[in-house]
Amino acid sequence: MPQGFISNVYVFVLAGFVGFEVIRRVSPLLHTPLMSLTNALDAVVVVAAIIIAGRAETKVSVVLGAVAVAAAFSNMVGGFLITDRMLHMFKLSRRKKQ
Amino acid sequence: MIHVNPDLTEFSYIVAVGLFILALKWLSSPATARRGVLAGEIGAALAVLTTFFNPTLVQYRWILVALIVGAIIGIPLGMVHMTAVPQRTALSHAFGALAAATIGIAEYYVRFPNLTRFGMTEISLEVIIGALSFTGSLIAAGKLQEFLPQRPITYKGQNIVSFCTLGAAIVIALIMIVEPGRFPALFPAMVIVSLLFGVMLVTPIGGADMPTVIALLNSYVGLSAALLGFVLDSKVLVVAGALDGSSGFILAVIMCKAMNRSFTNVLFGAFGQLQVSAAAAQEDRTVRSASPEEAAGILAASNSVIVIPGYGMAVAQAQHKVRELFDTLGKKGVDVRFAIHPVAGRMPGHMNVLLAEADIPYDKLIDMESANSDLPHTDVALIIGANDVTNPAAKTDQGSPIYGMPIIEADKARTVMVIKRSLSPGFAGIDNGLYYMDKTLMLFGDARAFVGDIVRELGGEGH
Repeated sequence: MPQGFISNVYVFVLAGFVGFEVIRRVSPLLHTPLMSLTNALDAVVVVAAIIIAGRAETKVSVVLGAVAVAAAFSNMVGGFLITDRMLHMFKLSRRKKQ
Repeated sequence: MIHVNPDLTEFSYIVAVGLFILALKWLSSPATARRGVLAGEIGAALAVLTTFFNPTLVQYRWILVALIVGAIIGIPLGMVHMTAVPQRTALSHAFGALAAATIGIAEYYVRFPNLTRFGMTEISLEVIIGALSFTGSLIAAGKLQEFLPQRPITYKGQNIVSFCTLGAAIVIALIMIVEPGRFPALFPAMVIVSLLFGVMLVTPIGGADMPTVIALLNSYVGLSAALLGFVLDSKVLVVAGALDGSSGFILAVIMCKAMNRSFTNVLFGAFGQLQVSAAAAQEDRTVRSASPEEAAGILAASNSVIVIPGYGMAVAQAQHKVRELFDTLGKKGVDVRFAIHPVAGRMPGHMNVLLAEADIPYDKLIDMESANSDLPHTDVALIIGANDVTNPAAKTDQGSPIYGMPIIEADKARTVMVIKRSLSPGFAGIDNGLYYMDKTLMLFGDARAFVGDIVRELGGEGH
């Protein structure tokens, strides 16, 4: 078993609990933006893609890494963009003063 | 190139992860949600920028090209129309899975043949889940975009074939785990079989189940990212994957509950079978129909109205007319609210977004529980484009395929109005007893035209 494995399990379990508690409290109004936002956050795999493409250890790793960079970065850009557009639409009633 | 100390890189990743959690926390209310997006953006930008200064990088050209390509794909996908958000989301799940799977595959070839059994186990699991989520999400996107038929595509022995396919991928993985430094030809075979399984997993699922499927694929994509974090020993991926995975999982559970499906039922793909209703004896039941004029009269004379929208409203492009109705009735002092069933729309929360886009304030959108406690003292329940989610058979008829599904109890309101093209049954093919009640008025016609006519009768035109 590699050295980092156990500490990664700790991180995974704790992050799972934090995620569960935080996401449970997300307003059901915002479940669609929640999904597009978590998509954008998940796109942080782009950092792993950058490293694997940038190390250029084999031709295959450059090609596959570059595909992964493009796929993940499109999610990052598109995910944040659409989440912000959706949230911009949620407004409270105008308080009418009559 | 300036190189950043590895400790500093890890530190910036920790900050990024903290910002990600804050981003989700601020999503708890629409008032703070946009701040959440900003936090997420700062976190993501920080993580990407510090990675650029990683001292082990030797080439940048292809990374830059790929980033530009990603932006060119991502920007239009961020600008789609709100009705297209479900297919966009499915497509972005496919991209997320593609990224996770390709990195796992690249890592295999970089390490080969110096692989441990443990490392091989992690990589195989990660690549199998990433690959099946990739094709599964593509099929889901195709169905939602209606490139592929919405109806479930099924054949005899389907589940057996599908499980054998998944079994084959696992067997291939096991062989490679036992002998990690050998049989490199098996690796692409495992990838192809997993891709095939993803297609088989989603093809038999019908349009009505898409909200659950999208949420489930969301959690698979998160899981594959977290597993990739294990493969690469990268905690930022473990955390981001765990957050995404738990979000998808929670949403899938909510969708299951809202459709009265057990979670195992969904996980093992037994869902999506077209439910044929036990052909109910069709005695001649009469319905009362009403004209826009009559409907307008009743609405204007009421104090409280709860609108129950379904995806049919969005299909008819009626949400902007509904907003006009909301405004006109509001001016007359009628309290109009919208009851949103969790599975209204084609993905979790979709109906709220469609109504928000039509400028309906979110404090007028209420969930199923509050709607059901208010409906008994509501004057009019106005159903637009929804059907099964209001069917009282879900509560009363044990023989009904939707028995046990939580519904919005429109039948409790003093008057029920249903805008519908005809009396044809809904998605699940079940007749709705609500239409034959004495207090129900059927408003036959196209939702957009009919609501427009009501608004005109109320004198709200051209304001």
